Amino acid sequence: MELVKPAFGLIFWMCISFGLILYILGKFAWKPILKMLHDRETSIQEALDSAERAKEEMKALQAGNERILADARHERDQLLKDAREIREKMIAEAKGLATKEGERMLKSARENIQNEKMAAITELKNQVGVLSLEIAEKILKSELSSDEKQKTLVNTLLKDVNLN
Amino acid sequence: MINKINIYKTFLLPFSFLLIFSFSAFSQTENETGKNPVSSVPKSEKFNAGELIIDHIIDAHEWHIAGHIAVPLPIILYSSDKGLSVFSSTHLEGSEVYKGYKLIKNDIVAVNEDGTTNEVATAKLWDISITKNVASLFISILLMLWMFTSAAKAYARNPGKAPKGMQSLLEPLIIFVRDDIAKSAIGEKKYKKYLPFLLTVFFFIWINNLMGIIPFLPGGANLTGNIAICMTLAVIVFVITTVSANWNYWRHILAMPGVPIGVLVILTPIEIFGMFLKPMVLMIRLFANMLAGHIIALSFFCLIFIFGEMNTGLGYGVAVFSVAFTIFMGFLELLVAFLQAYVFTLLAAMYFGMATDEGHDIHNHVDDHDHKRNF
Repeated sequence: MELVKPAFGLIFWMCISFGLILYILGKFAWKPILKMLHDRETSIQEALDSAERAKEEMKALQAGNERILADARHERDQLLKDAREIREKMIAEAKGLATKEGERMLKSARENIQNEKMAAITELKNQVGVLSLEIAEKILKSELSSDEKQKTLVNTLLKDVNLN
Repeated sequence: MINKINIYKTFLLPFSFLLIFSFSAFSQTENETGKNPVSSVPKSEKFNAGELIIDHIIDAHEWHIAGHIAVPLPIILYSSDKGLSVFSSTHLEGSEVYKGYKLIKNDIVAVNEDGTTNEVATAKLWDISITKNVASLFISILLMLWMFTSAAKAYARNPGKAPKGMQSLLEPLIIFVRDDIAKSAIGEKKYKKYLPFLLTVFFFIWINNLMGIIPFLPGGANLTGNIAICMTLAVIVFVITTVSANWNYWRHILAMPGVPIGVLVILTPIEIFGMFLKPMVLMIRLFANMLAGHIIALSFFCLIFIFGEMNTGLGYGVAVFSVAFTIFMGFLELLVAFLQAYVFTLLAAMYFGMATDEGHDIHNHVDDHDHKRNF
């Protein structure tokens, strides 16, 4: 059967040709092509990696920005809050101070009034004393204006005296 | 679009040159065969499909084109008696005797003075003629050299740039062979050593398969459907596998670890047989597939003439179906051409992978350390 009988000539030429093409292609085609493919793949990979890194950095940057913004906002809120507190405190303090001052003023006024009152009372008392003395003087004067009247008075007074 | 035109140009130009060259060769042979009355076959002979198909798929000492047109090929013979003799195949046409050699069917035999076959001299005769298949082999080799060296030059010319032209045609295939065949079958660590061979084998088989589909001159030789070519490729695969095999591979063949002695008696011969069977299967698969493709295409065409012999009209009627089927088969063959190249390369890569497997893979390795066996 000729179909399955390997021909020597063909095997001979096949060995030569295949060996030759394997050598030539291996040296002049596969080596540079595979090297180039490998180089290109690594460069693509590197480009992708660097892009990924850039993206990460961008994200980090963005996050940083956001954080800074948030911090700023927070700080602003804090400041506002502080300001409000300070204002309230100041108002409260002022209020307290005013109240105290008022109270103090009231107290001193009250004291003054008291003092004045006391002074007036004393004055009145003195006046009343003077007036009383004057009245008494006038009464005595009128009571002891005659000798008779002096005698009756001495008698009444002597009557009262109990000589025990 | 421009790219496409470029590809056509780069592909077709060398072919057209070959065609011009071959046509000039036909005219010459036509004249010579015209002078030779012995070669003219009587037209009344009954059509023999089997003979025609076999004639088309086996090797020949001349490249037959159509009718009596054939491209003569050089015949190179070596015998220890007469030394080297080189002459054109036209000298042996029509059973003529030239320099004591005669062509019987497709074999060249040494003959005596009276024209009878000299068995002793024939046994000592080495026929290394440039036959149809050898010529086709050379054409494919030149084509491959041109394709890949030009692609390599293109890579060197514009490094780091996107591929174009021949590069973009070959690059996906090269990457396919590298990543899906070599890397996956052999492994990341060792594939580099075998990659040049695998790439060469893949493209050699694929290009020759495709050239086999082309029905006219640069193609048409059933090279990959020839047992000698398949055998040579398979033997190369076997040699590489055997040479690069490591201790682990031999251990698994000669005495499978973790298998009791009694079973080994049966298993080891099977494994040794399998070692030779693997390349044999590789050879038969490629050979049978490519041969079958050619036989089917030719059979469809033969149908036309078989029916045509009964009735001319019937022949024309059948021709429509035959051509349609042949076109369909042609597309199938395009697929088969690639598939066979892929399968051959993949299996070769798997054999290399098996031969160099370190056996550290837990999933497909029977660990024998527990069994305390000595080898």
